[in-house]
Amino acid sequence: MRPFDYVKPADVAAAVRAVATAPGAKFIGGGTNLVDLMREGIETPDTVVDLGGLPLDGVEELPDGGLRIGALVRNSALAADQRVRGRYPMLSQAILSGASAQLRNMATVGGNLLQRTRCPYFYDQAAACNKRAPGSGCDALDGFNRGHAVLGVSEQCIATHPSDMCVALAALDAVVEVESVRGTRRIPVADLHRLPGATPDVEFELAADQLITAVELPPVPVAANSRYRKVRDRASYAFALVSVAAALEVRDGAVTAARLALGGVAAKPWRAREAERLLVGGPASEESFGRAADAELAAATVRPGNAFKVALARATIVATLRDLTHGGSTA
Amino acid sequence: MTTKHAEVEQRAPYVGRAVDRLDGPAKVTGAARYAAEHPYPNLAHAALVHATVARGRITAVDTAAALAVRGVIEVLTHENAPAMKPAPALSMLNPSTMASGTSVNYLATDEVHWNGQPVAVVVAETPEAARYAASLVRLTYQESPAEVDFAAAEPNAVPQKNNPLQSAGADKGDANAALAAAPVRVDLRFTTPPHSHNAIEPHATTAVWDGDDLTVHEGTQNIAWVRQHLAQRFDVPARRVRVLSPYVGGAFGGKTMIWAGTLLAVLAARATGRPVRLVLTREGVFHTVGGRTPSTQRVALGADADGRLTALIHTSVARTGRVGGGPEQITSASRHLYAAPNIHLRQNLVQLDLVANTVMRAPGESIGTFALESAMDELAWELGLDPIELRMRNEPANNPVDGKRFAHRMLREAYALGAERFGWKERDPRPGAMRDGRWLVGMGVATAYHPAWQLPAKVGVRLTADGTVVVRSSLHEMGMGAATAQAQIAADTLGVPMEAVRVEYGDSDLPPGPGAGGSGQTASAAAALLAASHKLKRSVFALARHAPDSPLRGRRLDRLEARDGGLYEGSAGETYAAILTRAGRDHLEAEAGPGMLGFAAKMLRDRRNWVKAASGAQFCEVRVDQDTGEVRVSRWVGVFDVGTVINTKTVAAQLRGGIVMGLGLALSEETLVDRRTGRVVNASLAENHVPVHADVPRIDVDWLGDPDPTMPLGLLGVGEVSITGVGAAVANAVRHATGRRILDLPITLDKLL
Repeated sequence: MRPFDYVKPADVAAAVRAVATAPGAKFIGGGTNLVDLMREGIETPDTVVDLGGLPLDGVEELPDGGLRIGALVRNSALAADQRVRGRYPMLSQAILSGASAQLRNMATVGGNLLQRTRCPYFYDQAAACNKRAPGSGCDALDGFNRGHAVLGVSEQCIATHPSDMCVALAALDAVVEVESVRGTRRIPVADLHRLPGATPDVEFELAADQLITAVELPPVPVAANSRYRKVRDRASYAFALVSVAAALEVRDGAVTAARLALGGVAAKPWRAREAERLLVGGPASEESFGRAADAELAAATVRPGNAFKVALARATIVATLRDLTHGGSTA
Repeated sequence: MTTKHAEVEQRAPYVGRAVDRLDGPAKVTGAARYAAEHPYPNLAHAALVHATVARGRITAVDTAAALAVRGVIEVLTHENAPAMKPAPALSMLNPSTMASGTSVNYLATDEVHWNGQPVAVVVAETPEAARYAASLVRLTYQESPAEVDFAAAEPNAVPQKNNPLQSAGADKGDANAALAAAPVRVDLRFTTPPHSHNAIEPHATTAVWDGDDLTVHEGTQNIAWVRQHLAQRFDVPARRVRVLSPYVGGAFGGKTMIWAGTLLAVLAARATGRPVRLVLTREGVFHTVGGRTPSTQRVALGADADGRLTALIHTSVARTGRVGGGPEQITSASRHLYAAPNIHLRQNLVQLDLVANTVMRAPGESIGTFALESAMDELAWELGLDPIELRMRNEPANNPVDGKRFAHRMLREAYALGAERFGWKERDPRPGAMRDGRWLVGMGVATAYHPAWQLPAKVGVRLTADGTVVVRSSLHEMGMGAATAQAQIAADTLGVPMEAVRVEYGDSDLPPGPGAGGSGQTASAAAALLAASHKLKRSVFALARHAPDSPLRGRRLDRLEARDGGLYEGSAGETYAAILTRAGRDHLEAEAGPGMLGFAAKMLRDRRNWVKAASGAQFCEVRVDQDTGEVRVSRWVGVFDVGTVINTKTVAAQLRGGIVMGLGLALSEETLVDRRTGRVVNASLAENHVPVHADVPRIDVDWLGDPDPTMPLGLLGVGEVSITGVGAAVANAVRHATGRRILDLPITLDKLL
């Protein structure tokens, strides 16, 4: 690993100052992704600013019934929080379906939001990757792309965002609070991650000196009946081929409220707004669920390796909504 | 051998029992030191630089940045490394010539033969500095066209050659004509992917030179090969090389050959004059150590309306590297399992510019049984016959291809017991008929089969005047309980408590043990141990028989019983300690084991007379998600005929371990080789999906326990048989659950959508 300086700031203000004054600096939370990337030479910060110990590790009630989650709350702690489990079951399930117990004990909420893709060509310095080395090309386009994106892709990049937690946060309209020397900003999670377009190396709507300090969850009554369904190649410790975060309210056979987001299909957690629009007001039937899924997936661009994801996403959406219709949260 | 077995069984307090592993406490307390855990003063650390092209020549080397890293001692490339001797030519008379993982003379050539080949070694004061500097070594290549795409090369495969240990094919009758004439037939084409070795301990070497004396700490499956190979490559006498390998953190065939990391650690130590430790990165294991070949296979079966086979055709294509690797016995099980009057078997090979393939748990049989046993299941569907019944109708009396005698054959019993334990009669034979909520439930069976091998081995036994027994042999303890099994056997055959037995192993200074391969280590060592123990008893008795005051005076050895720490006839007798003390001897020692030529002659004679194998019946229950096609194995029963079982605890663990590895083969494992570059794309444990705990159900294993009369102690070997048949049992259960026949491993959900 390339040598680097290590800074441990006393408070948030010192942390953002430290990064603002050192262009090659990066924040480190749990380090479960950054350290791997540094070992591989993908990330080469000159300075690492350790956030450990800063008072950003609490989950607080908001006056409107929502929750404010500190950026340093460990993934395992958030998943176990009784308020999260009761009000936003999809979020707890999403976190618990990711990584391993050991990694979840280290990983922070802020770090999880800023995970980088697991595209194997991104990780291999010998491969062409526009995200790692802009302009070098994309070996995934005609290589192994079974795990790659089908929505919002470009000719420059078909990588996916790997997080499970973010898919639930996108469905729940969570908002990220960001701090820098220039002040405080609020960014909806759904807008935090960028689609690749012509600049797949620019992944976040975030400047390098901005520190995520908290995630706010608004009250989402429909989320009490929600679930996260992750489909993958083995029962644990694998990234999603497709995942679905869904919440559903059904009255008299009709859908009165719905939330839907997809993971494993795009460079960002994919909020399925078109599907939501079609679902609400329609019957809670397999046909209706299928139509909504088809509408959301109509724009899919597939490769030979990942063409199955469209059918898999459709099947998983329908199955998850079916389960929620029957009130079952049988993850 | 029958008598000997009976002798031990009748008064065997240890063999056949569940005995804790002797090496267990050292491992769980951390006292056990593995190859990368030996401290040396002045120890340096090495890291490899891997080629990034599949074939070509290195045209420029820039080590300036690497050498500038603080702590870097040396960067070795083909421009400055001392030369090793080239790898030896293969010779049947010297098995250690098979030890070369590849034929490449690392750092003595500018040639690149595969993407990932080591092309430079950095030696530094810390592993961190070595790895960072390795990332800074800049190499320029002139690329040559390379052939790396198995699917594209496969049609150009050429027939494999026969050798005395492996037949590349077999023909009996006219299988093609019989197939064409058969009223019922299946003709299927299967594909299986490459697999990589992923033992928990990556390959690691600590190498220390003292003049021309070399000490190597190395996790290996063949201490003798490492010693002889290193002596040859570094041009020193074998007696100057000491290999220490008391603990091996998993191997499965991946530590049978000598790979680049071992050679380059020794080379780096030679070049720098420092003790050097080299631990492969996980990615480095993928790039420098061979794995299981991919395959394409055709199995065609013809049968009459009653399900009696009239034709069996099994052909295969596998790959080797252009710079090493060997064929696998992919069609082996088809030689032995079914009584078809017409049989055609043929194995073919292609050579590609990839890292050499190598042996991996049940090479050949593990993927060969996937094809054969899937095809048998499909034939059962065609016939509307229960798949177990189909197998029973085709159970042969003699070896199908040549009529040789089976030394031992209990597949009928294995299926009967397995069916009962599994509840096979609860199976509704209609596809998709069994459900559990959103899960489609399926049940499948397949036959497991693995030949029984014996390897040359020497074992010494020492008896000391205090009654202690020391068994000495360079056995390989890779976690399976090898040393514990020999201690049990020694305790029984010498009639001493196990606490009195110590086993010295894992050291090339000991009498050479068998390689740990072919599931043959325990049987091979047991044969030598029994012979050495017998010699030892003779020596002890010789001390007593003429002693005026010995109760054994004038008696005959063959009437004596070894028990209670001595020799007895009825109540008359005395302890070994008493005999040695009276004779003024502090110890007695005996060693036994065949010479190479005698061993080879006996083996060839044996193979002319007998077909020897472990076998078994695998029962699998799967659940397939009706929406997503996810397959989860929910239940497993395996019943095996492995002859005598020495240690029920470690044997159960080994059988279960093989099944777990088989679940990976069936459902998730695949090494992705980029067809454009020949580079392994998923060279990590995150992306190369071995089973995790959540993928593994409760696994019920049992064995028939009947000794094989032709094998030492009746042992057939347990290391590999249980991975065979697993792929097919899963595929057959999926076929039952979904009606879909998956011919291409692994059975990922996209193939079922």
